[in-house]
Amino acid sequence: MSSPKNPPALLEVRNLSVEFMPNKNTHLKAVQDVSFSLHEGELLGLVGESGCGKTTMMLSLLRLLPEAGRITGGKILYRNQDLLDLEESQMSDYRWKEIAIIFQGAMNALNPVRTVHDQIAEAITCHELKTPKEKLDTRVNDLLEMVGIPASRGSQYPFQFSGGMRQRVMIAMALACSPSIVIADEPTTALDVMIQAQILELLQELSRQLGLAVILVTHDLGVVAEICDHVLVMYAGVTAEYGDVDTIYNHPVHPYTQNLIKAFPNLANPLDSLISIPGYPPRLDALPAGCRFEPRCLKAFDRCKIDQPPVYELKDRHQASCFLVEGQK
Amino acid sequence: MNNDLILKVEDLKKYFQAEKTGIWSSGDKQVFALDGVSLELKKGEILALAGESGCGKSTLALTLMNLEKPTSGSIIFDGMDITNLQGDAQKQMRRRVQMVFQDPYESLNPIMSIRDLVAEPLIVHKLFLDPQERETRVRQALEDAGLKPADVYINRYPHELSGGQRQRVVVACALVLNPVLLLADEPVSMLDVSIRAEILNLLADLRREKGISVIFITHDMATAANICDRIAVMYLGRIVELGSTKEVLAHPHHPYTKALISVIPIPNPRHRRKRIILQGAPPNAMEIPTGCRFHPRCPAIFERCQVDDPALMTIRGNHQSACWLKNNGHSKA
Repeated sequence: MSSPKNPPALLEVRNLSVEFMPNKNTHLKAVQDVSFSLHEGELLGLVGESGCGKTTMMLSLLRLLPEAGRITGGKILYRNQDLLDLEESQMSDYRWKEIAIIFQGAMNALNPVRTVHDQIAEAITCHELKTPKEKLDTRVNDLLEMVGIPASRGSQYPFQFSGGMRQRVMIAMALACSPSIVIADEPTTALDVMIQAQILELLQELSRQLGLAVILVTHDLGVVAEICDHVLVMYAGVTAEYGDVDTIYNHPVHPYTQNLIKAFPNLANPLDSLISIPGYPPRLDALPAGCRFEPRCLKAFDRCKIDQPPVYELKDRHQASCFLVEGQK
Repeated sequence: MNNDLILKVEDLKKYFQAEKTGIWSSGDKQVFALDGVSLELKKGEILALAGESGCGKSTLALTLMNLEKPTSGSIIFDGMDITNLQGDAQKQMRRRVQMVFQDPYESLNPIMSIRDLVAEPLIVHKLFLDPQERETRVRQALEDAGLKPADVYINRYPHELSGGQRQRVVVACALVLNPVLLLADEPVSMLDVSIRAEILNLLADLRREKGISVIFITHDMATAANICDRIAVMYLGRIVELGSTKEVLAHPHHPYTKALISVIPIPNPRHRRKRIILQGAPPNAMEIPTGCRFHPRCPAIFERCQVDDPALMTIRGNHQSACWLKNNGHSKA
């Protein structure tokens, strides 16, 4: 992956840290020291349990954190431009036009009293002012066809669409300004397996056709294994492990990744007994002193209780934050 | 009825009157939620009921609980016809069939302590009226549900517990009545992956230690595969394939089952397969197609499918499928 022939990364996140300050004296380290990169046409899976910082990190990429949240360190390089150096007014050139986001559960946030066509058109006019009417209509129709909805259904209202179709509308909206990156936050969570498969197929297809890079935020390890190229496993705000899918699924080095994969039912070996990881993730206001996973880790030793492991760079974009891999390359 | 059976459902139908869609609509449309379900469950067996939303899985559970009156058909529970039970008899029956609901974040009253939550079914059923006995019973249920020692949990409130622990409380609420059959409606789908196995193993333990039978309702066959003895695949109000878990997963016969299995993500990138993605309109239980109800979406359709409605037919042993296709690709027959 790191051969010189490859073009530079579209997005490179380096040592990103985010804190929440619900009040003056509380600093909650929601994301700490996370790095990853994303190339054109690549699908990155971002996995982790509820509350591990997945959504916070995605919001940080677009600088859309809620008021109490603050990016405390790191760089977000989009085509070599650090988004954190930009003025707020300049950010709007990047939001939606370069990086678009499909929010979690957004398919239920469509305006019920406006047609689907109008709502997609609005996404365009918000960012590209003064688009002539005909051009706008053609663009909306193209977008609808692109996500597999007949253009004639544009005049219908959200209630006339099924859950899967509404999610397609959301994808069309995300593509409205031809972004290079789409972040999809749990895009299939509320959908049936068959509809989920359709949406995944669509994302894969769009990525292939348009060279679109996709960040797929999910807790479903199966979905990631099916369509992603790289995986970032987060645990309590830190990178547990990052690498290409084959490495992560077949040669994971972090005990959390290893257990998480064994906790996921696998239809290829249905009779394998599933394990569960005892305990639950730490609360952000009561993080362990050492490794954040130490209290649940079966391989923990003395040092894990005291020091927090840094993110070790292994070969080929493979990273893991565990003392067990120290010195390995 | 065979003594090994805890439940025998025969040709169960449940039609709902559809809501009027407009002021001029006649409102005589019906939703065919269950359209002839037949099923047997052995004592101590775990059966998965799999299918997409709207296939009738939950209606079946509600009907088995007597929460919905069936339109026709019969339900024999432990040798007794419970199809049209009322009053005390119904209450007696419900004590022995309990439900485990999907979302432990929604199904526990936040202002009741764990003790009160687990004791409530006893109050409703007027059992263990002596406070001492009731306390013992509640503690026993908590420990049976894996919340050991009960002391640690009994005085807490739901918000103090993790998702997995909450789901154990939900299970304890069911166990406190000593049921012989549990209807678990998507019991792990709201839980984080790392703790799902806990609840699945708990259900498996309850079966092993107490001989409790379980109907495990899920849309996720991979989860079902882990603890269930048999799988029943439902489509539009009917069971279209039924067999041992191993058999159904390894040699699915019905094209719908095949498609459903092909789209279940496998957590290993080396196992990427061709997904069979069903096209066509999603099923609508108000308009059941003629012939085979799956034919408009079926990739293997032929003439007969549009005319004749297939019933469950034996493929091999206990493996049944409602499809006109010959015993295709089943070499080991």
